Amino acid sequence: MRITHAAGMISALGRSALAATGELGGLALFAARSAASVKRAKRLTGRVVQATYELGVRCVPVILIVALFTGLVLGLQCYVILARFGSEAALGTLVSLTLVRELGPVLAAMLIVGQAGSALASEIGIQRNTEQITALETMAIDPLGYLVAPRLIAALVGFPILTAFFTIAGIVGGWISGSLVLTLESGVYWSAVERALQPADLRECVTKAIVFGLLTTIICAFNGYTAHRRAGLAGAQAVSASATRAVVWSSIVILVADYVITSFVV
Amino acid sequence: MKADPPLLEAHGLRLSYDGNPVLDGVNLAVARGEAVAIIGKSGAGKSVLLKCLAGVLHPDAGSLRLDGQSLADSGPQARATLHRRCSYLFQGNALFDSLSAFANVALPLEQTTDLPDHEIKRRTEDAMARLDLAGCASLFPAQLSGGQQKRLALARALVTQPDFVLFDEPTAGLDPVRRNAVFMMIAAARREFGFTAIVVTHDVPEAEVVCDRLVLLDGGRIRFDGDAAQFAVSHDPVVQAFRDGTEALARGIEALGDPTQDYHENLSR
Repeated sequence: MRITHAAGMISALGRSALAATGELGGLALFAARSAASVKRAKRLTGRVVQATYELGVRCVPVILIVALFTGLVLGLQCYVILARFGSEAALGTLVSLTLVRELGPVLAAMLIVGQAGSALASEIGIQRNTEQITALETMAIDPLGYLVAPRLIAALVGFPILTAFFTIAGIVGGWISGSLVLTLESGVYWSAVERALQPADLRECVTKAIVFGLLTTIICAFNGYTAHRRAGLAGAQAVSASATRAVVWSSIVILVADYVITSFVV
Repeated sequence: MKADPPLLEAHGLRLSYDGNPVLDGVNLAVARGEAVAIIGKSGAGKSVLLKCLAGVLHPDAGSLRLDGQSLADSGPQARATLHRRCSYLFQGNALFDSLSAFANVALPLEQTTDLPDHEIKRRTEDAMARLDLAGCASLFPAQLSGGQQKRLALARALVTQPDFVLFDEPTAGLDPVRRNAVFMMIAAARREFGFTAIVVTHDVPEAEVVCDRLVLLDGGRIRFDGDAAQFAVSHDPVVQAFRDGTEALARGIEALGDPTQDYHENLSR
């Protein structure tokens, strides 16, 4: 009896492992095909501009609000901690480096995924459900070139810009806390920011933004594109499950990729 | 003199889902300029056959030939050739809801040809005008009526001037008046554009009028293949069930007896 139970568990584990491997393989293939489709896609410029615009319109307000309050909180917390050691003058250094190296790219990417990534997965999922993707195939149009390629390029452009917005708004938030709410001289704060930030920090920030942008766009598009393959789900349920999966997996991948990139840089 | 090969030829198409055969050795040849109606019960494999002919689904076995050239391997190149020469009209139209009517029709030209913008505009406007959609260019599909959406889907299917068009239940869910209008639209478009048509439908009387040939699919196999006259005299019970469906229904109802009589008898007891 116990042996049968154990065999069942091992068998279930094996099935899950195989399914996960298959999914990962599918994702890798999807990523490769999407990247290759960028070269073949026709009349890409207009759709790239539209996708970048949609990314910006959807995300800029929320990015600015969250960044400002992140900076405000960071400014308050850091000021109090630094004041214990009489190092309030280092507030600009701490806030700017924290935002540029870590919080800026990671939080901006997570916000973009929540705003635009889930919308991308849902949109492509609905297009799959209503046979719009099959219609593209029957018209000899590469669905990846038409649907995913412009989003990839938009992510390449949009993620670094939105991350820059987040970082700048966050640093401004830190200044408001440190200099307007508390007692730090504005000149001290801004000169610390200027001295702290090196080109290598900016490179790290941009690299992370680009990597997060490409990875999350692929994950979100893949989940929408394969919405019809969600086991036991169909229609609207499959689309909503795909959007949820897209956000969850993108968030996990952002943190894993952040650790990997940071471990190479530090 | 050697006869021209059929425009599209399927040989021994087989396809199973979870071990259940949906297509079980389908052979079908469609000549250039012909209009073929594929009829059959729900779940008989009609739409699956159509998707195999369109290269959207890949059969487990069998071959497909286009103008005598094999598409058996169904490699990307062969599929691209097939897709360039055929158009598919979906049951639900599959229009792009975020694009205007004009953009929907122009899409295949923009994405599959190197035509200049003014030529794409001219062809798109021409296709829309021919299907009475001239005033709808800037509207989105959701703003159009059901009939206009169907015509828009047809305009998108015809704008690339395909050799053949596959219609997947174009009249599903329509009332008799609109059903006739759709068949009329197909007949008029065939006359106007001169394409070969394969129509999956349940509407046998209309298909008899509009199409040159009827193909009855039953249990994944072709049960009948002939013209309307042959269909009318066939003794095959499955064909008879389709042909005489209304009469069979009337006979069945008659056999039930008069329900009001039972009701009155029960009351008088």
